[in-house]
Amino acid sequence: MSDTRPDRLGAPVDTPGGTALDTPVETGPGAAQDLKTEAALVTGAGGDLRQASLWSDAWRSLRRNPVFVGAALLLLVLALMAVFPQLFTGTDPEDCDITFGRQGPGVNGSLLGYDLQGCDYYSNLVYGARVSMAIGVLVVGGSLVIGVVLGALSGYYGGWFDSLMSRITDIFFGLPLILGAILILNRFDKPGLLQVSLALIALGWMTILRLLRSSVISVKDSDYVQAAKALGASDFRIITRHILPNCLAPVLVYATIAIGGVIAAEATLSFLGIGLQRPSISWGLQIEGGRDFVRTEPRLILLPSAILSVTVLAFILLGDALRDALDPKSK
Amino acid sequence: MTTLPSPSPAVARAGGEHLLEVQGLSVEFRTPYGVVRAVRDVSYTLDRGETLAILGESGSGKSVSAQTIMGILESPPGHVTGGRILYHGQDMLTMPKDEQRKLRGPEISMVFQDALSALNPVFTVGAQIAEMFRAHRGASKKEGLEKAAELMDRVRIPNARGRLKDYPHQFSGGMRQRVMIAMALALDPTVLIADEPTTALDVTVQAQIMDLLQELQAENGMGVILITHDLGVVNEVADRVAVMYAGSIVETGLIDEVFSRPAHPYTVGLMSSIPRVDARDTRLTPIVGAPPNLARIPSGCAFHPRCPRAQDVCAVEAPALVEVAPGRRSACHFAEEVLSA
Amino acid sequence: MGRYVARRLLLAIPVLIVTTILIYLAVFALPGDPIAQLAGERSFSPAVAAQLREEYSLNDPLWQRYLAYMGGVVQGDFGTDFRGRPLSDIMQQRFPVTLKLALVALVFEAVIGLVAGILAGIRKGSFFDNLVLVSTIAVVSIPSFVLGFVAQIVFGVQLGIFPISGQNDGLRSFLLPGFVLGSLSLAYVARLTRTSLSESLSSDYVRTARAKGLPERAVVGKHALRNSLIPVVTFLGTDLGTLMSGAIVTEGIFNLPGLGQLVFQAVRGRESEVVVGVVTLFVLIYIVFNLLVDVLYAALDPRIRHE
Repeated sequence: MSDTRPDRLGAPVDTPGGTALDTPVETGPGAAQDLKTEAALVTGAGGDLRQASLWSDAWRSLRRNPVFVGAALLLLVLALMAVFPQLFTGTDPEDCDITFGRQGPGVNGSLLGYDLQGCDYYSNLVYGARVSMAIGVLVVGGSLVIGVVLGALSGYYGGWFDSLMSRITDIFFGLPLILGAILILNRFDKPGLLQVSLALIALGWMTILRLLRSSVISVKDSDYVQAAKALGASDFRIITRHILPNCLAPVLVYATIAIGGVIAAEATLSFLGIGLQRPSISWGLQIEGGRDFVRTEPRLILLPSAILSVTVLAFILLGDALRDALDPKSK
Repeated sequence: MTTLPSPSPAVARAGGEHLLEVQGLSVEFRTPYGVVRAVRDVSYTLDRGETLAILGESGSGKSVSAQTIMGILESPPGHVTGGRILYHGQDMLTMPKDEQRKLRGPEISMVFQDALSALNPVFTVGAQIAEMFRAHRGASKKEGLEKAAELMDRVRIPNARGRLKDYPHQFSGGMRQRVMIAMALALDPTVLIADEPTTALDVTVQAQIMDLLQELQAENGMGVILITHDLGVVNEVADRVAVMYAGSIVETGLIDEVFSRPAHPYTVGLMSSIPRVDARDTRLTPIVGAPPNLARIPSGCAFHPRCPRAQDVCAVEAPALVEVAPGRRSACHFAEEVLSA
Repeated sequence: MGRYVARRLLLAIPVLIVTTILIYLAVFALPGDPIAQLAGERSFSPAVAAQLREEYSLNDPLWQRYLAYMGGVVQGDFGTDFRGRPLSDIMQQRFPVTLKLALVALVFEAVIGLVAGILAGIRKGSFFDNLVLVSTIAVVSIPSFVLGFVAQIVFGVQLGIFPISGQNDGLRSFLLPGFVLGSLSLAYVARLTRTSLSESLSSDYVRTARAKGLPERAVVGKHALRNSLIPVVTFLGTDLGTLMSGAIVTEGIFNLPGLGQLVFQAVRGRESEVVVGVVTLFVLIYIVFNLLVDVLYAALDPRIRHE
């Protein structure tokens, strides 16, 4: 089953030289074609030396890229918010007083006013970063573990294991992300951060596997891997020391963009009422809470919407810049 | 600027006017890496019924000059920075785009190296050949296909009529190149540019294709510019040869003369780097070094870093392409010595 | 062509079976007691719980329950809602709304996406090209439910151009939600068309078309476009399936009484049967559309057809 939809997590499998959204020119249904486009993604197919210069070159050009610097600074602030929300607000987001319900900015010294339950809006926004970042990192981290391990084995050993993994990947690609997540989360009475993350991991690991698999295939026959083999290095050592370091660039680019996609997915699920539940704090829930006041108090929707979109945007731009820097052809 | 004198008597009769005359053509590519001077002050002529081989390594500018003549140079990054391309005395570079376009096909046409990528994968070969008649002659679809079948028959594609509706990928490499040739010759052009027409093919098929081209040339008397790096092919079919190195012509002359007595060290190097049937015992001696980066062409004579005869002057002064013997030109400070070696 | 289609269909069968098993497992075999969940805040007496278990065949082995459920689905039986109405009836009634919304979205993304992509692809590096690049990145960064609300606030509330709720204004009611639903794909279509066209414009066969002396509009409009539209058209095909499921958010926000709204409300009302039924239908539609697109692909690309 071909998955023409560019991506599960909102982040497309990207072609070199393109931008985040440039979906691979889908040349055909079936995995063979995907392979072709994904193989083209593999940038660092050289030896360790070339790899070292790839990263240092990339870093040098990234430092000079204003888009990268801007996105990175923004994400740094958001990460700080997630880890130390107290730095940004002295108000406890759960310290709500219903008598302040839906009061505007300025009331009682509140920066952005109050929500329906009288909780401080600004402090809710700040604390919302924690959930988004945590789920983004957890899901992409989990998908990386699954995708990298299975993708490396699949690409390195080939054979029946590879065929099996290809079929399984096809099947999971047949489940649209949000629909699949609704089905899984529907099972839980009050899904928490862990359940939402697991559901998204279960539906989101495939692209990383495919990317890594094709990277591994393209470097496993290179001279330096053959040399390591001839010197009697174990498979484990070859994979971890010689192959993986040369395969990480495309995966890293994808993973960065995918964090943005995961954050959007979490917000969507929470908004739908199938993700995180109150009293959890999430931008998606905040937006949901403002739903009935579109006409009267758009601020309740627009504020969390803005911060959510900017966060997703920052990850996309970061991934974009990273790819441009890591893809020697685009320079 | 030098013009290649043509030994063909036909030219003299036409009052010195050649079928095609390239004068001092220069083309550069403006890339982020810098300006690449792909073609530098190149001049040659082509007459009716004649085959001119342009010989050179990849990156010597031979294909770029051909694309410029065809008006299909990709621009940007390619820019013509000087020279004229006279077709029947008319400068193609300055004529209106649309007029230039109308020459392509009926007057000048081109056969590309890799027919698989040069033919459109989603149209039938019949439709692609017929398109020539439809675009330039206003033929109907049916007439076009009728003509296409005739042409495919003429280039000896078996069961031509039955294969009109086939797609390029359904043909073998040799047959596909025949389709390409049929398409290029559809409107009986007077100039055919063949850009490495056999490079992508098996050796046995190569000979068939070259034979076919020669035969068709004999039939309609067109002038052929054959672009190749293959000395064997040049030797077999060309009348004259122009050897290119680093964007410039370094030597020209009749094929037999150039091959038997090269007048430029680069040509000498080319000759001794291929095995020859008639000289079994001679050792092959490859040219030392690598072709120059066209963004940083060496000073003086571009070949001097690789030239066994290089002297101090070669690094400073670029030699002009001058007549060194009747009908022979060479761009080397020591051409006489090379010639008599 | 026939053999190709047959092979794709055969390959699709195991995918379909395994996918439905996965769905079934996700819904009915994950930890947790469905009866307790049905009860919600209250709790059933053991006798009632046992009766319910019997009623829902929860005591049968899992594979038997799967077969029974899928057997029903194949015959159009998706179960009942909590009032006992057959879901298939409700779906039938609501399906046209969702289809209409998805089609409006598809028209938006096809028309605007293609035009923007083509113009950007032809003049790569131009101001318009950069505009397309920047605006598509922006659109992709905005989750569709956010875009829905922003559109409601701007076009519905502040400008008052479009209705923001319900379907009382005929096609006009579908314009805003259709645009919101199609916006993400619109961005993809624009990007895909742009990349694909500019790739095709620098291909050898376009160079050949120029060498044939064809007018520029034939070179671009026929030779380049015909090739570069293949991936775009196939994308649009799969997208119809995706759009229907995207309708969950859009119909929820714009109060359109389609299948998506049904899920939206059922999630809030904790009606698992309804959620599972409709989402299963959506997944099946998605898979079927993917399959149709594979066939469409073969029709468009002769190289695949003769594989």
